Amino acid sequence: MQDILSGFAQAARLLVSGDAQVWSIVALSLFVSGISTVIGCAIGIPVGAAVGLRRFAGRRLAITTLNVGMALPPVVVGLLVYLFLSRRGPLGFLALLFTPTAMIIAQTILAAPLVAALTVAAVNGVDPAVRLTALSLGATDRQAARRVLAEARFALAAAVVAGFGAVISEVGAVMIVGGNIAGHTRVMTTAIMLETSKGDFALAIALGIILLLVAFAVNLGLSYLQQGREASP
Amino acid sequence: MIAVAARGITYAYGDRVALREVSLEVPRGEIFALLGPNGAGKSTLLRLMALLDVPAAGEIRIAGEAPTPATRLALRRRAALVFQRPLLFRASVLANVAYGLRVRGLRRREIEERSRWALDLCGLRGFERRSARQLSGGEAQLVSLARAVALRPEILYLDEPTTDLDLAHAAQIEQVIRRCNQELGATVVLVTHNFFQARRLAAAAALLHEGELAETGPCATLLESPRDPRTAAFVSGETIY
Repeated sequence: MQDILSGFAQAARLLVSGDAQVWSIVALSLFVSGISTVIGCAIGIPVGAAVGLRRFAGRRLAITTLNVGMALPPVVVGLLVYLFLSRRGPLGFLALLFTPTAMIIAQTILAAPLVAALTVAAVNGVDPAVRLTALSLGATDRQAARRVLAEARFALAAAVVAGFGAVISEVGAVMIVGGNIAGHTRVMTTAIMLETSKGDFALAIALGIILLLVAFAVNLGLSYLQQGREASP
Repeated sequence: MIAVAARGITYAYGDRVALREVSLEVPRGEIFALLGPNGAGKSTLLRLMALLDVPAAGEIRIAGEAPTPATRLALRRRAALVFQRPLLFRASVLANVAYGLRVRGLRRREIEERSRWALDLCGLRGFERRSARQLSGGEAQLVSLARAVALRPEILYLDEPTTDLDLAHAAQIEQVIRRCNQELGATVVLVTHNFFQARRLAAAAALLHEGELAETGPCATLLESPRDPRTAAFVSGETIY
């Protein structure tokens, strides 16, 4: 119990003093996961919208594939990206292994299917009358599809948040392809793992608190979006 | 002149035939009532006339013109449809009314002016900033009507627009329908199973029964001296609907 209390006390000191090591780890985590989420959404939302809105042969298979992709184990994704980027791998010449770029690639692979699958669910949750109403008012098919997405915007925001939440909190993929190199590829989750294994709980707890605060802030933002934007066009 | 014509329209939902070789013509500038019991195919025919769906056989002509892939959107944009259950977008009342004008690419000022004009016409001044999802059923249907009227459509399709409303809102909507027809010259196709409403509003009417056209003609004749036994049964109340 004493260890835990002293860990919390030291963590508080690290946070308040603006420790450079802590904040560089936090900054890299936000950068890697933020970029991964943006790219994952740029891929996942159009794919999910297309699968959700269109009727085509193999649609059910596409949805199943996305749902399976949603549950991709981070360590397996990390392993695959490692194999591709390692010196002997097909993309080894790019020399990306153990760089933030490799971490972004791995996290994008995790985020994209998750966002796509949640986008399909979001689009399917919209009343089919929305599309018909838009068409009856003179919308083109594309404009009607945009209207459906607009109606699903809160569910889409939730998909984005879920994507960010999944990648910022994962440890397996970034550990394998990033290597947890201090000052270069060390992010919050890998640092927490390392410091815990070393028995240095202060840094681990400090980063854990920040991770929780980030998750809390993101969900608060989502909540605000859901409650405050009802009347906006 | 004929505003909209259905020629030999057949439509099925899977194995169930909803319309069987229905042909009728709606004269330009008139209010035309499509009557019939539930399940007669009225709403299906209205959706086909509004070019929101494609018949299995037959064709719809708008002002004599059959839609092609190249002209379908332009023909569809000459009309607007109000559904029985008003589906308002998750936005303000003004944004809802402006929607059809925005998708047509009109300028912001014109969109604003026409939207406010339509809201005034429907007695909704002061509702602009309200959330469309927080309106009563009657108010929501009036917004839905304003959204269609803002487009100043040549043809206004109305699918049982007053069915779920109280008398005051129903009367208000009937008044707007009359004004659209008389002041804007819009042809109105009104689906209803309320023949009192049809009598009040429509000059001509058609009665559908189990997917077939039973009778068409002047509304008064159809309701007071029906020739077809199915129409007679509907008017006398023998048909359960």
